[in-house]
Amino acid sequence: MSIYQEVILDHSRNPRNFKKLVRPTASITVNNPLCGDRLQLDILVKNGTITEVGYSGEGCAISVASASLLSEYILNKQVKNMKKLDKDIVFKLLGINLSPNRIKCALLPWEAVLKVL
Amino acid sequence: MRYNEPMRSVDINDIKKDFPLFQKHPRLVYLDSTATSLKPRIVIAKESEYYNEYSANVFRGIYQISEQATSEYEETRTIVSRFINAKSAKEIVFTRNTTESLNLIAYGLGRKIISAGNEIVVSVMEHHSNFVPWQVLASESNADFKVIGVTPTGFLDIYDKKGKLSLNGIITSRTKLLCLTHVSNVTGVINPIREIIAAAKKINPTIITIIDGAQSVPHMQVDVQYLGCDFLAFSSHKMLGPTGVGVLYGKYELLDDMYPFLYGGEMIDEVFIEKTLYKEPPHKFEAGTPDIAGVSALKEAVAYLTRIGMSSVREHEREITKYAIQSLMGEFGDQIQILGPADAERKGGILAFTFGKIHTHDVAYILDEENIAVRAGNHCAMPLHTFLKKPATTRASFYIYTNTSDVDALVVGLKKVKKMLG
Repeated sequence: MSIYQEVILDHSRNPRNFKKLVRPTASITVNNPLCGDRLQLDILVKNGTITEVGYSGEGCAISVASASLLSEYILNKQVKNMKKLDKDIVFKLLGINLSPNRIKCALLPWEAVLKVL
Repeated sequence: MRYNEPMRSVDINDIKKDFPLFQKHPRLVYLDSTATSLKPRIVIAKESEYYNEYSANVFRGIYQISEQATSEYEETRTIVSRFINAKSAKEIVFTRNTTESLNLIAYGLGRKIISAGNEIVVSVMEHHSNFVPWQVLASESNADFKVIGVTPTGFLDIYDKKGKLSLNGIITSRTKLLCLTHVSNVTGVINPIREIIAAAKKINPTIITIIDGAQSVPHMQVDVQYLGCDFLAFSSHKMLGPTGVGVLYGKYELLDDMYPFLYGGEMIDEVFIEKTLYKEPPHKFEAGTPDIAGVSALKEAVAYLTRIGMSSVREHEREITKYAIQSLMGEFGDQIQILGPADAERKGGILAFTFGKIHTHDVAYILDEENIAVRAGNHCAMPLHTFLKKPATTRASFYIYTNTSDVDALVVGLKKVKKMLG
């Protein structure tokens, strides 16, 4: 079965929340030097809740889809809950089994979420 | 000598049957021979012959199977020396791979002759293994590290306005080492090594030239005396031979003058409490038990290539490359951007490209889902990718077992990539 299932193609072609925030309360850039991927994640937190999410940069379809799905997932959630976000959630959102060399792509946005909080 | 006897000729159009991997994976389209080549049956058989028939250590046994192991090991040295036209088998050192061969020079010669104010010259198209050792050596000895650039089409930037090769301003009387690749592992560009060495030695006759032959020796006739190089490094595993074996060719006087690289067993003559006397080259550089099986089997790879003939190997790859460039550009036009020249006459069988805006990992991964093996990334040549402003490329590379159906499969695979993500 191809890993490029509909949900991944959809989110990589039309990434949700793909933007830079004007006044983020926190911002982080993560890299995957192996493939040159770069992701900047901005969030706006109000009263302990993530009220706005935006990200920008370059990545493969898997890492873009992962960023898009995660951005939807963490939006309007409480920071204290997202701080201990398990990486399994990424695989659940993507809905596929990944080979070891693609897990890094999928987890780059997750790494950014943990770091920015 | 049995390698001079006539042997079954190899039909290059019907060659896949000699490679057992294709029986295990009949649908595999293998386009990553620049990373490593597949191995023909005779090489695999020769490697296991050692373990089945004369699995003893070399040089130290007084008994028959040890003598046989030693003779198989040393016979490869002779065959490799003839293959690249070295003056003597004593100029062939066995290492683990090209990287180790190059590091051996950096440690054995570099540490001895490089000091502050000297220059080491490399090019930006080098594989990391012919770049980093020299960068570190220069930094540790306060020498100048000079890097020759490339033109937008991927050729070394060494031509004057009239198009004449000129190393003025690059090579000076302070330049001690010139380290260059023969064929780029990214663009496939074939550098005019003989002309470059002649021009460099004209400016500075004492310069020592170190050539990375990892991508040339497997694919074309390479003659060290014709090139005029002082050192040539290459790997067995890229030329149909086993992994774990590299070759370093060096002019005997230079090898003789160098420090050893690794110290220990096999490489010593006599050891006293206060000092040690080393063996003469090449054994001075082969400390510890070597890859006896691998070295023994390398000669079968050389014999196989010799039966085809290196000019036929080159001719075959040139035709495949020409066909691939025509097919890819015909089908995808501007969407495919090939790094370096799109001219099969001036490059080896290597095509690194970008495909629209599609990420190279996605290209390679979707191709893999179609059983097509290509490489994605910067191919251990980050300085070149940075210089040409491409973070990463997809690379398809060819060898004697690549045929036009493999290229057709690549085109079909890329059409699918385009449909999914383009």
